[in-house]
Amino acid sequence: MKVLVPIKRVIDYNVKARVKSDNSDVDLTNVKMAMNPFCEIAIEEAIRLKEAGTATEVVAVTIGAKTSQEQLRTALALGADKAIHIETDEKLESLHIAKLLAKIVEQEAPELVILGKQSIDSDNNQTGQMLAALTNRGQGTFASKVVVADGKVNVTREVDGGLQTVALSLPAIITTDLRLNEPRYASLPNIMKAKRKPLDVIAADSLGVDLTPRIQLVSVEEPAKRSGGIIVEDVAQLVEKLKTEAKVI
Amino acid sequence: MKTLVIAEHDNGALKPETSKTINAAIQMGFPVDVLVAGENIANMSETISSIEGVASVLVANNAAYAHQLAESMTDLVMSLTDSYSHIVASATTTGKNFMPRVAALLDVAQISEIIDVIDADTFKRPIYAGNAIATVKSLDAKKVITVRASSFDLQGEQAAVSINTLDTVSDSQLSTFVSVEQTESERPELTAAEVVISGGRGMQNGENFALLNGIADKLGAAIGASRAAVDAGFVPNDMQVGQTGKIVAPNLYIAVGISGAIQHLAGMKDSKVIVAINKDPDAPIFQVADYGLVADLFDVLPQLENAL
Repeated sequence: MKVLVPIKRVIDYNVKARVKSDNSDVDLTNVKMAMNPFCEIAIEEAIRLKEAGTATEVVAVTIGAKTSQEQLRTALALGADKAIHIETDEKLESLHIAKLLAKIVEQEAPELVILGKQSIDSDNNQTGQMLAALTNRGQGTFASKVVVADGKVNVTREVDGGLQTVALSLPAIITTDLRLNEPRYASLPNIMKAKRKPLDVIAADSLGVDLTPRIQLVSVEEPAKRSGGIIVEDVAQLVEKLKTEAKVI
Repeated sequence: MKTLVIAEHDNGALKPETSKTINAAIQMGFPVDVLVAGENIANMSETISSIEGVASVLVANNAAYAHQLAESMTDLVMSLTDSYSHIVASATTTGKNFMPRVAALLDVAQISEIIDVIDADTFKRPIYAGNAIATVKSLDAKKVITVRASSFDLQGEQAAVSINTLDTVSDSQLSTFVSVEQTESERPELTAAEVVISGGRGMQNGENFALLNGIADKLGAAIGASRAAVDAGFVPNDMQVGQTGKIVAPNLYIAVGISGAIQHLAGMKDSKVIVAINKDPDAPIFQVADYGLVADLFDVLPQLENAL
């Protein structure tokens, strides 16, 4: 079984995003970038499926500028067998990404596509579901457990109020939630080995997808700041303040 | 131009997110119809028909929609989209699941988790874990929008409007329901609670979360957790408050042993009053707290329970 794992290069999750002074966007100049945390979980799950003998090949794919090849190399170092870079300098939206990925799905014919549920920059939580729609596949989003057996995949999903398990006929699309697994770190020998693994580059505009923007970014602002409050001495003073000043209890 | 809102419920009770999402939808400026899909939902459709501003209610009452699986919900919504310019749902795990599927089939972008409506095409939404607020304008003819319900108010009531039953049934074979494991709790849901008390890594282990129970009982509070506490395995992920968990905006939020990582603040900083209890006076949580108490939580929690 072939598993395709789309990944995204984003701001490192430890870095606080700053808004540009002209309010046109977030400033990413000289900011540390990394693989989106949910994508790391997706790669890890695919590699575990391969280690368990369920998957035979893990293909990582990303869409973005040349710099995003760094994250593909990371995926290869973690255990992906080959990588595909769909190169573009355009800032694309989830729908464009899903359409480009649908082309790769057509080309590679994976039985499972595992994606992160959302990226920590645009926070859209859309691409996996859109890809499932465009390829007419079943979807198991926000996965906390994945079990492949008998031509089906059972996905346990983190939903409001508990866990829901669905059975999807293969081929299918899965998006990862936090507790699915704990991603490994790449070892130095594997990082070296990754440099020799295949990485194909495809120009985004060669795939015949309309990449016209559907959303106009009007402006980006800092969120309203909360003014810091006061430090209370003890529990008695806290309860008193909550009762008489804030009036919330 | 008309707006279709898809109701949020758990096959039994209508969730408050529905009313808040209707509030957002009305601000888009067009008549609002509400679709409710599920099994045994007759009572719910009556409740919806009495929510202020609803023009009519569409009911798809069928076993095929019992678990609101994305594939069947998408087919159902797609059968209705011709009549609507705006398709709106709450950004719950149900709405987040099927709405992008609808958007892709309509060949339009989705605008996720809006927190403000500027006009029929323009919305505000948080990006980068709430560290920035983007104003975005949809250029598509049809809009597919999910709403962060905690940013909108509940609607009032009105005289009941007409309820129309839908006969079309789509039972997609792409996915089937296997099982559900509900979190058993007598407490209010995190996203609906007036008071939330959350524990972080400072709680040290899962057993210590029991220290929050007595306080939550006295305040009628829901109990939440930081991602650090979830990652450490103290508590299940559905208790997580933050960018990657639930977004809450209660009247009172009490953060216990939570340092205040960016990703946690993104989930609770719109609370009306924030209390932080942490023994580290430099913890970033104190920068957003209205009331801070620098103390060991294991001393403070029993005292707090007694004082309430």
